[in-house]
Amino acid sequence: MISVRGLKKHYRVHKRAPGLRAAVKSLFKREYTTVPAVDGIDFEIKPGERVGFLGPNGAGKTTTLKVLSGLLYPSEGEVRVDGHLPQKREVAFLSKIMLVMGQKQQLLWDLPPADTFELNRAIYDVPRDEMKKRLGNLVELLAIGDVIQKPTRQLSLGERMKCELAAALVHGPKVLFLDEPTIGLDVSMQVVMREFIRTYNEQFGATLILTSHYMDDVAALCPRVIVIDKGRLSYDGGLAELVQRVRPEKRVAFRLSAAVPLAQLEALGKVVRHDAAEAVLQVPMDQVNTVVGKALASLPVKDLTVENPPLEEVMSELFSRSRADAAGKGRAA
Amino acid sequence: MTRTLRALPTLLKIGIAEAIAYRAEMLVWVLSTTMPFVMWVMWSAVAQVSPVVGQSGRAYGSAAFSAYFLCTFMVRQIVASWASWEMNFEVRQGTLAMRLLRPIHPVISYAMGHLAALPLRFAVATPVAVALVLTAAAELPHDPRIWALWVPCMVGAWLVAFFSNIAVGTLCFFMESSLKVMEVWLACLMVFSGYLIPLDLFPPALRVVAELLPFRYQIGLPVEVMTGRYAFAEAARLVAIQWAWAAGLIVLSFALWRTGVKRFQAYGG
Ligand SMILES: Nc1ncnc2c1ncn2[C@@H]1O[C@H](COP(=O)(O)OP(=O)(O)O)[C@@H](O)[C@H]1O
Ligand SMILES: [Mg+2]
Repeated sequence: MISVRGLKKHYRVHKRAPGLRAAVKSLFKREYTTVPAVDGIDFEIKPGERVGFLGPNGAGKTTTLKVLSGLLYPSEGEVRVDGHLPQKREVAFLSKIMLVMGQKQQLLWDLPPADTFELNRAIYDVPRDEMKKRLGNLVELLAIGDVIQKPTRQLSLGERMKCELAAALVHGPKVLFLDEPTIGLDVSMQVVMREFIRTYNEQFGATLILTSHYMDDVAALCPRVIVIDKGRLSYDGGLAELVQRVRPEKRVAFRLSAAVPLAQLEALGKVVRHDAAEAVLQVPMDQVNTVVGKALASLPVKDLTVENPPLEEVMSELFSRSRADAAGKGRAA
Repeated sequence: MTRTLRALPTLLKIGIAEAIAYRAEMLVWVLSTTMPFVMWVMWSAVAQVSPVVGQSGRAYGSAAFSAYFLCTFMVRQIVASWASWEMNFEVRQGTLAMRLLRPIHPVISYAMGHLAALPLRFAVATPVAVALVLTAAAELPHDPRIWALWVPCMVGAWLVAFFSNIAVGTLCFFMESSLKVMEVWLACLMVFSGYLIPLDLFPPALRVVAELLPFRYQIGLPVEVMTGRYAFAEAARLVAIQWAWAAGLIVLSFALWRTGVKRFQAYGG
């Protein structure tokens, strides 16, 4: 469905020092710097897949989505989406994709969302009875029945995001790019959006790429993860494998019936947290059984759980590691 | 194409609803284009002191100036274009992305926005038309063929105004200081279109320049036609030139758009 080969997108930015002299100088001689926002990435995505883009700020996730949806011309490489070259922006291509980014997007600010839906119906040439069915479904799934007749400016952020999403789906896109779809929403609204996105994917078999800095979004929605860092692809595969690869360790959490000296805990593994009633150890995967056995024998354990380390930590570790790698290479060169 | 045509009525309908929602802002904007009234008062005062005679040999009395500037106001209301500002804003903000994602050419969607504003603009122009008929009916042409020609002349003026706006608007794809260029262009429009001074009163050298530029076809020509400045044949010749300008600007706008949009940086998100 989507194939990306050797994609590069380098922004050319006009470099200008502050001050009047620099401004005058720049009239005659312009200096440009190149920002290699995307610097050679390859991947393939099959129809109906849900893929999450992970990466720190400025990694190139949004840029990649903009190229995939035809907003930006690639500097190098080839991108195909369902057989189309996105940058040609053919009607057939635009009719089967949608990119949702940010909050204030397509909804007409002073008119009710229902008007934007009608506008999109006309632009995408959706037959009226088809539209009625589709919109009915969207309104029900998103529970927006009583807000679509109010002017957009009166809606809460969450209501607006739901209506944005509905407006983006009026034409039933087969490929959906979502850039930070839950940004700024409260936790319960995030869950609603997530559920909705999953249902849409399952009901219509749509292909989905999602970027988010809430790891929970990606964990809940995307069986496959692509990690982008500084414009390059640093991982492509399952989320569970990624976690294992970055942190092949587990967390063992104990509830204790009596305080235990720190030294006694340190003998068992790396202590992440500890107080009188509770202790959390980080232990290599293959030692979990031994550690649990020893702890049960030697500590006043009331209760015990084994968990993966939190995703946020996995990510920050992954990114700081790739930074360190790059710094190391820099020094070697 | 047929698909775009099918979408147009809905685009227009929603556009009008939007224009009505924004009517207060628009009214303020309309009221800021009162320059013709100022010029009217000024030139009428001049005409009372000493007779004003144009290059054509025609004398302008205060009735002639009323007719000219009331018509100027009406024409400006109807052929107004703000597409270059709209584009500039949307390119800088990155919100042009929303238009680019939709399977309808952005130039068409800008055009629909303009057309949707027309009902309100006609509403503003109507009382001025009434005032015109009441105060300066004698200055208006009686040949019905002239009035028949005036209709395509207004359409041509709209096309020249809109597409020169789009062409200038595409500069923001190519340069950072496009807003400055737009200000210079607006100043040229004010001077060379006949908006402030009838072309007939220009010094000869300046008039030659004005006739070579597109600006007069946007305001001056329709005003001159409706104030009976030309016999039918001459008016028809000028409208033909106007339409040639329109065609050229349409081709130029789409060509500039096609090249420019490749450089769109899609800021934001
Ligand atoms: N229009 C632009 N012009 C210049 N640089 C840009 C532009 N858009 C993004 N960048 C730069 O490209 C890099 C990647 O940005 P982006 O794709 O938005 O990252 P992400 O979405 O992963 O946070 C960043 O360094 C950003 O500053
Ligand atoms: Mg981003």
